[in-house]
Amino acid sequence: MKLNERSLVFYATCNSPADNAGFLYKRGERHTAYHRRWFVLKGNMLFYFEERESREPVGVIVLEGCTVELCDSAEEFAFAIRFGGAKSRTYVLAAESQAAMESWVKSLSRASFDYMRLVVRELEKQLEEMRWGPDGGCRGCRQLPGSWKPKPLGPERSPERLPALPAILPKENGCAVWNNTPGVDRPPNTSSCSGDDGEVNSRPPPLPPRRRASSSEAGSAGAAAAESLSTFCRLHEQYGREVARLRQDWLERRRGPRP
Amino acid sequence: AVLKKRLVKLVVNFLFYFRTDEAEPIGALLLEQCRIIKEEENVFSISFIEEPERKYCFECDSKEQCQEWIEALKRASYEFMRRSLIFYRNEIQKMTGKDPLEQYGISEEARFQLGAHKQ
Repeated sequence: MKLNERSLVFYATCNSPADNAGFLYKRGERHTAYHRRWFVLKGNMLFYFEERESREPVGVIVLEGCTVELCDSAEEFAFAIRFGGAKSRTYVLAAESQAAMESWVKSLSRASFDYMRLVVRELEKQLEEMRWGPDGGCRGCRQLPGSWKPKPLGPERSPERLPALPAILPKENGCAVWNNTPGVDRPPNTSSCSGDDGEVNSRPPPLPPRRRASSSEAGSAGAAAAESLSTFCRLHEQYGREVARLRQDWLERRRGPRP
Repeated sequence: AVLKKRLVKLVVNFLFYFRTDEAEPIGALLLEQCRIIKEEENVFSISFIEEPERKYCFECDSKEQCQEWIEALKRASYEFMRRSLIFYRNEIQKMTGKDPLEQYGISEEARFQLGAHKQ
């Protein structure tokens, strides 16, 4: 299967934040000897390099749908990244200390996109409840063209909170999750959000528009409108600064020397 | 350039593409450090920061479909998700004085810090 390798290499080596980095011993696939490699965790991608100074990773492990657990090994501080699926490989790694092992196990087990998305949805929900009340008074308003896709919010309004290691929901934001159970539909659906610009894919996240423009809700806007306007202005200013800064960064990166 | 019909699936931060009659993808694009642009009518492109002239173009059946995909792809990166999280965390903290991640025991995770671990 083809992959945009050059872009992957760029992502691995560019100056975007790494969530963890360090030396780990990696057990070979066929021969059980361990090799010391420099590992860099970015998002849900675990890259490994032959040396810390290597310009390109020798491999990458995509951390979706996996479990990370301690394992029995002759090697001290060993842990394993396991994937479901009959033909999937288990990666056995070993850290150089107890602390390093714990740090890696923690960061790897929370590295998946699905996990991140779950936490984001949870915080979104909290923020929404704080701004607009727990009953989501203007829930009708959210059904605007250009809003966040409102559907997932219905079932999620149950009072259950995230457990320590959250369960994976089948669909979030209209995009399929990595590790779907068989039989669950995975169409290439998209969420419908407004914003038709050619900005770099690094804008700050827009909050879902609220109490705006929906003519049927004009009457009930009332006092909330004034509050939402000042909030909007404040946010608009914040976004403006953030966008300007990010754009500047991006332009400099384009022009400047490679990292 | 020849247009080939493909089944395209967005799964987390990967865009997989398939021949329409095959179950295994021919390829995938990792959607990090990329730019999604509306080109002409019904057409959008994906290009990567390190090679901006090279565009992966996709023609849609309608401008609505095109818009849907553009919006979905713009939000598809892990980095976008991370920024959303940091933003919401910050907003909630400002409003309540409490860090919403504390209850999950993940406040100290490097990946959730506000710009702290930029290199």
